[in-house]
Amino acid sequence: MSSTIRIERVSKSFKAGQPVLHDLNLEIRPSEIVSLLGPSGCGKSTLLRLLSGLERDHAGRLLVDGQEIVAPSRAVGFMFQEPRLLPWLTVRDNITFGLQVRDRRQTEPLVRELIEQVQLGECADLLPRQLSGGMAQRVALARSLATQPGVLLLDEPFSAVDALTRMRLQELLLSVWQRRRFTMLLVTHDIDEALYLSDRVAVLSGRPATVREIVHVDLPRPRDRRAQEMLQQRAHLLEALRVAGSNQLTGYGTPFGV
Amino acid sequence: MRSNTRPATRPAPQDVAAVETRRTARLPTAQLVALALPAALLVAWFVATDVAQLFRANQLPAPTQVLRTAADLAAGGDLFRHVSASIGRALAGFGIGATLALLVSVVVGLSKIVEQALDPTLQGIRSVPSLAWVPFLLLWMGIGETPRVTLIAIGAFFPVYVNLVSGIRNVDRKLVEVGYVFGLSRADLVRRIIVPAALPYLLTGLRVGLGQAWLFLVAAELIASVSGLGFMLIDGQNNARPDIMMVSILTLALLGKLSDGLLRTVERRALAWTDTFQGR
Repeated sequence: MSSTIRIERVSKSFKAGQPVLHDLNLEIRPSEIVSLLGPSGCGKSTLLRLLSGLERDHAGRLLVDGQEIVAPSRAVGFMFQEPRLLPWLTVRDNITFGLQVRDRRQTEPLVRELIEQVQLGECADLLPRQLSGGMAQRVALARSLATQPGVLLLDEPFSAVDALTRMRLQELLLSVWQRRRFTMLLVTHDIDEALYLSDRVAVLSGRPATVREIVHVDLPRPRDRRAQEMLQQRAHLLEALRVAGSNQLTGYGTPFGV
Repeated sequence: MRSNTRPATRPAPQDVAAVETRRTARLPTAQLVALALPAALLVAWFVATDVAQLFRANQLPAPTQVLRTAADLAAGGDLFRHVSASIGRALAGFGIGATLALLVSVVVGLSKIVEQALDPTLQGIRSVPSLAWVPFLLLWMGIGETPRVTLIAIGAFFPVYVNLVSGIRNVDRKLVEVGYVFGLSRADLVRRIIVPAALPYLLTGLRVGLGQAWLFLVAAELIASVSGLGFMLIDGQNNARPDIMMVSILTLALLGKLSDGLLRTVERRALAWTDTFQGR
């Protein structure tokens, strides 16, 4: 259960403003994990929202398994920066929220499996207000996987939790991915996160965003966050980001811009 | 019974005992505090009339007299007849007004253009004082139950409408997006996200609307009526029986408080999920 993503010459501008994405190309293989890294405000999230069908009216083509994205679909899971749990539903009901089948008896095996995979064994009947930030984000992960999507899009999913929780969540995400093998496209600000999770890191330029450079991270998993190769890649990515960000000072979308 | 004050988050295990004792120690105190003022008023009333005789009986009847009158009215079946007539009207009017308001608010809340088309007119109608409707309702609908229930429905409609529309407009866009991501239909979006998220506002609207229903009920029964607590009031006035008037007023207070208490219980149950400031 994993899909191919093809992004072909995608451009996007919002009504009032300047172009956000320009002629962007990227292809992601089944089960691959790709991170989008770029200066803040460069349009990473916009690309993700286009792929999820939340955002429309772009030029170019967005394809998942050869099908053009026209509206949100259950084949594409989306994880937001915040958990966005429905506060009136229990953990269990939040997880099953996106399922068409509402029958408890039919969904129970799947829910049990997901709850076990995101390590929320005892929490199925709790309400969101009773959860910590990390727990809530785990519920959100389970919810986005409940429809068994072939693609999971993640928009800075762990940026709101503390460093230690973030590392645990990254490990958990990989453990779930290893069992389900969905294709992942992840927006992040965090170079270490990109390096720890991804097969490839796409470095985007500032607005309007294009793919500036693609860095392959050919390291076996589980990765050692402090391994020499990781540190080298980190330095390389940092440099690429700095170059990508530097054109912001003269290009579009800056206070000093045209 | 559920406690009125619940901690916003689950207490850590070691705190549970402390919270439990605090809670059990506090509840009766809260009820005593709530009862203190009515009890003091009752005593003052008793002292001012029966004991000190500061008022004439045709001005302010003594509580003992009011109690006797209430017992007489109850024994004769009159009290029950009036109370059930009023409850029936209030519930019918409230039910119709609140249901209509629910439907209209969802449509107005969801659509900017419908809001622009309807809301200014509705706000205009809302600003008409309740009694101003009475002559027209009588003119159009004659003397009977219809104009009374209509008046009460008008009274119940607006609080529900105003609150629910602003509730819908206050729904977190981020939660609505969760619905979009899962491809929910418009109807499902309303049913599964917008209405539950606006529920705190809806329940506030219902409580205010119910209060308005009682208010408009009396307005409706003061005029051209032969039953109900409002009729009792006017009947007592016409026959110089302030004790009957007092029975009517106290019964209205009791019914209003009871019905609001009922809705508050519903509210507490339905909104157990909220994580909001509970007062301290």
